[in-house]
Amino acid sequence: MANGKCAVIGDRDSVLLFRAVGIEVFAETDGERANQIMHRLARTGYAVIYVTESLYPHCAETIAEFSTEAYPAIIPIPDALGSKGIGMKSLKENVEKAVGVDILSNS
Amino acid sequence: MALQYKPTRMELSNLKKRRTVAVRGHKMMKDKRDELVRRFISYARRNQALRRQTEEKLQKAMQSFILARAMMANEDVEEALLYPARAIAVDQGVQNVLSIPVPKLALETKQDDFVYPYGFATTGADLDTAVQALAEILPLMLELAEVEKATSRLADEIEKTRRRVNALEYVMIPQFDEAIHDIQMKLEENERGNTSRLMKTKEMLAKEAE
Repeated sequence: MANGKCAVIGDRDSVLLFRAVGIEVFAETDGERANQIMHRLARTGYAVIYVTESLYPHCAETIAEFSTEAYPAIIPIPDALGSKGIGMKSLKENVEKAVGVDILSNS
Repeated sequence: MALQYKPTRMELSNLKKRRTVAVRGHKMMKDKRDELVRRFISYARRNQALRRQTEEKLQKAMQSFILARAMMANEDVEEALLYPARAIAVDQGVQNVLSIPVPKLALETKQDDFVYPYGFATTGADLDTAVQALAEILPLMLELAEVEKATSRLADEIEKTRRRVNALEYVMIPQFDEAIHDIQMKLEENERGNTSRLMKTKEMLAKEAE
C-alpha cells in the first residue's frame, strides 16, 4: 500500500486545529480559490481532501470530475459554526439514486 | 425502432444467437445489480452512522478550539499551530468491490505516539483538549472517507447497471423477438407460396398430359 496524504480546506477558525494532528491545512474562504486548491491537490495525489460544508457547494465541479475515480475522496465536514447537513444530504442523494427511495431516514 | 434485417435463414440463426447472448447478459446484469444494491445498503448504513458520529465529535473538538482561542492570545494560538506536527501516515490502497475500485485507508500512526506539536508554556488546557479530541477522531474520519467514497461509487455503478438491465429487458430483447418473429413469418409465407405454386404447376402438367 502506498502512502497517502491528507488535506483540509476551510476557513481559518475551523481548520487551523488540523495542523496540530499532522493534516495539511489550506485556509481559504473564497469558493473559487478553494476550488482551484482542491483541483491542484487532487492532481498531486492526495488521498483524502476534507472540505468544510460552506465551501463544499463551490467545489462541485472538481468533486464531479473526480467522483469516477477511487482517489481522492473529497469529504464534507462541518465547520466551527456547526453542521448544515450537507454531508447527510449527499448521502441521501446517493441512496435515492441507487435504491430509488430514501431508506435511511425512517430507520 | 425495429432492427434492419433480410428475411433469410442465415439472418434468422444469427438473430437467435444474439438473442441468447442478450438474455444471458441480462440475467448476469440483473444479478450484478442485486448484489450491488445489497452491498450498497450496508455501506450506506455504515456511512450514516459514521457521519453522525464524526460530525458530532468534530464539532465538539472545534468548539473547544474556539474556546481555546478565546482564552489565549491570538498570536499564541497561531504560534503554537504554526509549525505543523509530524504528518500522519496513511496507508492508501485500493480494494475491489465487484470490480469497482474503492479506496482503502488505514491510519499508520499509533494513538499512543501522538505528541503535541507545541510547548505547554504559552498554551491553555483547552487547546490540549481540542487537539486530543481531534487526534482521537482521526481514525473515524478516515473510515468515513473510505466508506463515503465507496458509497458514492457504488451508487453510480448501480445506476449504470440498472440502465443496462432496462435497456436489455425492454429494448434489445423485444427487438430481437420481433425480428425473429417477422423473419419466421416471412419464411413461412414464402414456403406456402412455393407449395401452392408447385401444386398449380402439377395441375397444369396433368391437364397437358390428358
